[in-house]
Amino acid sequence: MPAPYGLNDDSVVVIIGSGAGGGTLGNELAQKGIDVVILEAGPRIEYEDFINDEWDSFGQLAWLDNRTTGGGWRVHKDFPNLPAWIVKAVGGTTTHWAGASLRIQEHEFKTLTNYGKVEGANLLDWPITLADLEPYYAKAEDKMGVTRTNDIEGLPGNNNFKVFKAGADKLGYKECHTGNMAINSADRDGRMGCQQTGFCFQGCKWGAKWSTLYTEIPKGEATGKLEVRPSSHVLKIEHDDSGKVTSVVYADKDGKMQSQKARIVCVAGNSIESPRLLLNSASSKFPDGLANSSGQVGKNYMRHTTGSVYAIFDKPVHFWRGTTMAGIVRDEAKHDPSRGFVGGYELETLALGLPFMAAFLDPGGWGRSFTTALDHYDKMAGMWIVGEDMPQEQNAVKLHGELKDKYGMPIPDVWFTDHPNDVAMRNHAYKQGMAMYDAVGATRSFPTPPYPSTHNLGTNRMSEKASDGVVNKWGQTHDIKNLFVSDGSQFTTGAAENPTLTIVSLAIRQADYIAEQMGAKSI
Amino acid sequence: MVTIYQGKSGLSRRELLKRGSAAGALLIISGSAVLSAGEAWGLESTALKPETLATLIQMARDVYPHDQVPDKFYAIAIKSHDEQAGKDAAHKDLIEKGIADLDQKSGAGGYTGLGWEDERVAILRQIEDTPFFQAIRGGLVVGLYNQKEVWPIFGYEGESYSKGGYIARGFDDIEWL
Repeated sequence: MPAPYGLNDDSVVVIIGSGAGGGTLGNELAQKGIDVVILEAGPRIEYEDFINDEWDSFGQLAWLDNRTTGGGWRVHKDFPNLPAWIVKAVGGTTTHWAGASLRIQEHEFKTLTNYGKVEGANLLDWPITLADLEPYYAKAEDKMGVTRTNDIEGLPGNNNFKVFKAGADKLGYKECHTGNMAINSADRDGRMGCQQTGFCFQGCKWGAKWSTLYTEIPKGEATGKLEVRPSSHVLKIEHDDSGKVTSVVYADKDGKMQSQKARIVCVAGNSIESPRLLLNSASSKFPDGLANSSGQVGKNYMRHTTGSVYAIFDKPVHFWRGTTMAGIVRDEAKHDPSRGFVGGYELETLALGLPFMAAFLDPGGWGRSFTTALDHYDKMAGMWIVGEDMPQEQNAVKLHGELKDKYGMPIPDVWFTDHPNDVAMRNHAYKQGMAMYDAVGATRSFPTPPYPSTHNLGTNRMSEKASDGVVNKWGQTHDIKNLFVSDGSQFTTGAAENPTLTIVSLAIRQADYIAEQMGAKSI
Repeated sequence: MVTIYQGKSGLSRRELLKRGSAAGALLIISGSAVLSAGEAWGLESTALKPETLATLIQMARDVYPHDQVPDKFYAIAIKSHDEQAGKDAAHKDLIEKGIADLDQKSGAGGYTGLGWEDERVAILRQIEDTPFFQAIRGGLVVGLYNQKEVWPIFGYEGESYSKGGYIARGFDDIEWL
């Protein structure tokens, strides 16, 4: 019973995007009786239709609209038009995500205070603390069914985890387990348990992994207060003379322009599209784009300090079998500057299928050095590095000066260069990861460069002062009271943890605030 | 689709020797086709010269050498360049000129006349930054490794949902640790 709202209904909250932020916010508001329209750029693909095939699934789910890149990152050279591996479909990137659900650590909310000034970095303390977010983390973990919380059992370890754990033990790491995963280890919330299928990144065909597509969104729709419009690509947010936002212009499934009126607009299109939309909404009143009085819209683009370590053993591992990322070492997530960098990183198990391993092991690589690695594909183990990267102003999502999309809007141009701290951290993590595998008899290991970004963060950052960032501690823009940001672009700094749990927690918290402000008639 | 067909009958050993081999793996040019002497398949060219296709197959193997992978899969992997050359004159030009350049750099016997992989790779290193090389290499990443028939050679099992995942099929069966 999805509620159909009229285009001229100016009482609705319009949310742009249906992923971790938008999908959660939509359901939370609908549960409170607030009328919501979610505009989602991609189609609605139910989980039965996901494909256990890497390239076919990529074609089905990935955001493939043209983008450009710049800066010193290797992605710019190897994948110049694919800065990010994220999703254009109902459920957004929660269809593709691995499920790792970690709370940001207390010290990571106050990086400027705890790390001090780092040259070339634009560090800033979050305007909220861990204590502020804890009640919402608890709600999110329950909602998402995160293992090792709420008495939910951990997932069983697969072959890749067993190799990883043996190495962690040999190195003396203390905190290694199968992770805090938003993947059911047994039936819960009307969804079944993990069947160890692999292909977590291709969308879970069992629905065992939490995704807004088959949790938040149908729950919200069941209230009769939420309408999701798929294939509705938003081009522009409009405002009145007072500067309040009033409507959202989008191209519908047939490419026809539509305008939906709104009482409140919440932007949740992930950290590339969200700032792009604010910048593309520039007007005579706001010539630098909406909510951009600070000049920080699109700036401080973060993508986590990532990389992978793969290793070959003399016996089979079959690492593609089972949950893709159910394995973690947390010992290096602490802030310990004696390692030669500020902040910390997580090590998490990871496997790719043969087609993606060929594409990502060493992009551009060829010859026997490359192919003898793939010859032992069935004897490989793998892990992913995810660490805190430094926000830098010149790392940014900009509007391309010439190239436009099919609707005539400038496309995003994504610039990124590692900070020296990022490089030092990655090198440390490579060394530790390779040591883990060496300790259990690896005959060869590979420090694999970062893939196109899955964790896109920081381009509309949260700040105490309006001059330092785009949104306040509720995700409300400093400049426009009825305009919110509801995705990972709010992150003031990146922290070492996979961001989805925090995005969901912020969305639950934001829903409370929006409902309260609407009730008080202040927006 | 790729016109890989079963080998033409009637190619006697004598005929085969007379025609000579295009490369170490005994690829034979016959009319517009590249035929495999040892394996029973052929590849019909439509836009590129058959000699060009034969050299491309050798080049593909030199770029991504897997000794356990038969030529047939390299032939399938490069076939798209023939199809694209049929539609796009610029692409045809890129490939034909690229191969001609490769042959020219390789001396009198051409690229496939070089007996050792190392000798051929040394030539490829000279051109690895060219659009021609990158077009071939880039196409192979998907063209070779995304063939489902190739996956079992590497032990990769592919789709698993229809089999109920690996929960009862060895997701945790490692024994050597």
